[in-house]
Amino acid sequence: MTRRHASAWLWLAPALILFTLFKFVPMARAISMSFKEVRPYLGDRWVGLDNYRTVLGDDAFRSAAGHTVVLALGETIGSILAGLALALLLEGTARHLWIVRTAVFLPTVTAMAVVAALWRVIYYPAPDGALNAVLGGIGLGPGQYLDSPHTALWSVMAVGIWRGAPYDMMIFIAGLAGVDRTLYEAAAADGAGPLRRLWHVAFPAMRPVFGIVVTLAAIRGLRVFTEIFLLTNGGPNGSTEVVMTLVYKLGLERNELGVASAGSMLLLLATVVLTVLAQLMRRRA
Amino acid sequence: MKQLDTALGLGAVRGPLGRILKFGLYVLVVFVFAGPLLALLVSAFGRVTDPTKLSLIPHDLTLDNFRTAFDQGVLRYLANSLIVVGGGLLLQITVSVTAAYALARKNFPGVRLILFLILSTMMLPEEILAIPLSLVLADVPVVHVNLVGTLAGMIVPVGAWAFAILVMTEFMRDVPIELEEAARLDGAGDLRIFWSVILPVCRPALGVLGIFGFTMIWDQYILPLLVAQDAHQFTLALALRSLRADEQVGTGVLIASALLALLPSVVVFLALQRQFMRGLTSGAIKG
Repeated sequence: MTRRHASAWLWLAPALILFTLFKFVPMARAISMSFKEVRPYLGDRWVGLDNYRTVLGDDAFRSAAGHTVVLALGETIGSILAGLALALLLEGTARHLWIVRTAVFLPTVTAMAVVAALWRVIYYPAPDGALNAVLGGIGLGPGQYLDSPHTALWSVMAVGIWRGAPYDMMIFIAGLAGVDRTLYEAAAADGAGPLRRLWHVAFPAMRPVFGIVVTLAAIRGLRVFTEIFLLTNGGPNGSTEVVMTLVYKLGLERNELGVASAGSMLLLLATVVLTVLAQLMRRRA
Repeated sequence: MKQLDTALGLGAVRGPLGRILKFGLYVLVVFVFAGPLLALLVSAFGRVTDPTKLSLIPHDLTLDNFRTAFDQGVLRYLANSLIVVGGGLLLQITVSVTAAYALARKNFPGVRLILFLILSTMMLPEEILAIPLSLVLADVPVVHVNLVGTLAGMIVPVGAWAFAILVMTEFMRDVPIELEEAARLDGAGDLRIFWSVILPVCRPALGVLGIFGFTMIWDQYILPLLVAQDAHQFTLALALRSLRADEQVGTGVLIASALLALLPSVVVFLALQRQFMRGLTSGAIKG
């Protein structure tokens, strides 16, 4: 039997090597660095929880954590509401619905780098910039979008919702497709209109789907980096700085690897807690 | 009972007013979600001198944007992107199907632990590993190779993707064991069985892996950012940022390059849409 076990490990070897090198080793390093002052050539010095104290006491980190939470919450709620509205509008098997769904879904498969380049052009803050021209057509005044500390975070959030809502839409449509149609008939027989049917039949049946969508969206929101890095890089005036952009600057630009790792670990902790909580809630539901 | 097909029963809305309203809503959502991408397509072929000239209506048709973009080396960035996505996808699929074969079909001590360890990395956002990963890439443990400044540095790490292993393992578990046993009675070894019995049956799952892997690798930003040292290794995604910062090139070139970065993912998505939706819903519903 040992020969068969040996062959199993052989089949697993490529995956084990890659996961060890590029997932587990970096993870172990991140944990270890978060307790150390990293000094190239001099050797690292154990500093216990100092890095964590530095991070938690740092105003910049706290404000970045605040922005991260606002962004994650806003994008989660926004994507779910917009995704749900899209799902209800575009649910069905008709061919024209399928075409509209495909068109609406395109932002989700577009690379973030393209999305960011495109939206920076759309958000161009001149009065005749693309978005200002469209909004001007319906009587809304020109905005500064990414260029003003008051609107930058909301503008980033809107892009996140634009890209996230179609994804949520598809999951909701799959959920709606799984609702037992005889329940709709029963509700209709009881004289319930479409809105009551939605509230009392479709939504309760979709509770697990809501749980999944919320979890996925919240985790997606916490780790946000690329869209901030490309849209605003934390500016203007730090108004869109999030945890990961701050960690990136600390680690790769200022070489404070220990403090940066502590920041990453705190974010990871938040992600894990959120995931586990969501799993528990799903099990109870 | 047409109105009971969907939650809101919009399919049953008839009459001119209802139809116009529905049509208007469809146009609105397509305008909001696909309009910006369509504007990218249209404007790439127009004379776009500054960001205010983004438009949905073609005017002043020209190929100048692409000509200038190619002068800026955009073809090289496109080639880099294609090499990374091709190499990365090949590696990712190979690694995932072989691992899945062991995890799904072999009963050996430790199989549950290994599966748990691999799946636990799904909770681990790659952003969080960015800094230690850059250290590992500069000096890969055991072999002591420096992957920074090479395209291999962008290819090798994407080989480890838990989602692909999960999808493949679940699919292979459902392949009837009789198929394998029959082949084994005929004297076929592991490799034969894997290649000519298991893999052909797994074609639908391979489609899911292909489309998801492509989208995931094409969307990569942090990894190329950590690995690239100069413009020679830029992928299109990285290049978009430096093109933007370059005052000389102008918005038209940026838009044309963004279109080149958009098209492959849209084409692949449209071609493999069915597999994409299947993976999206199965992966998401199973968590």
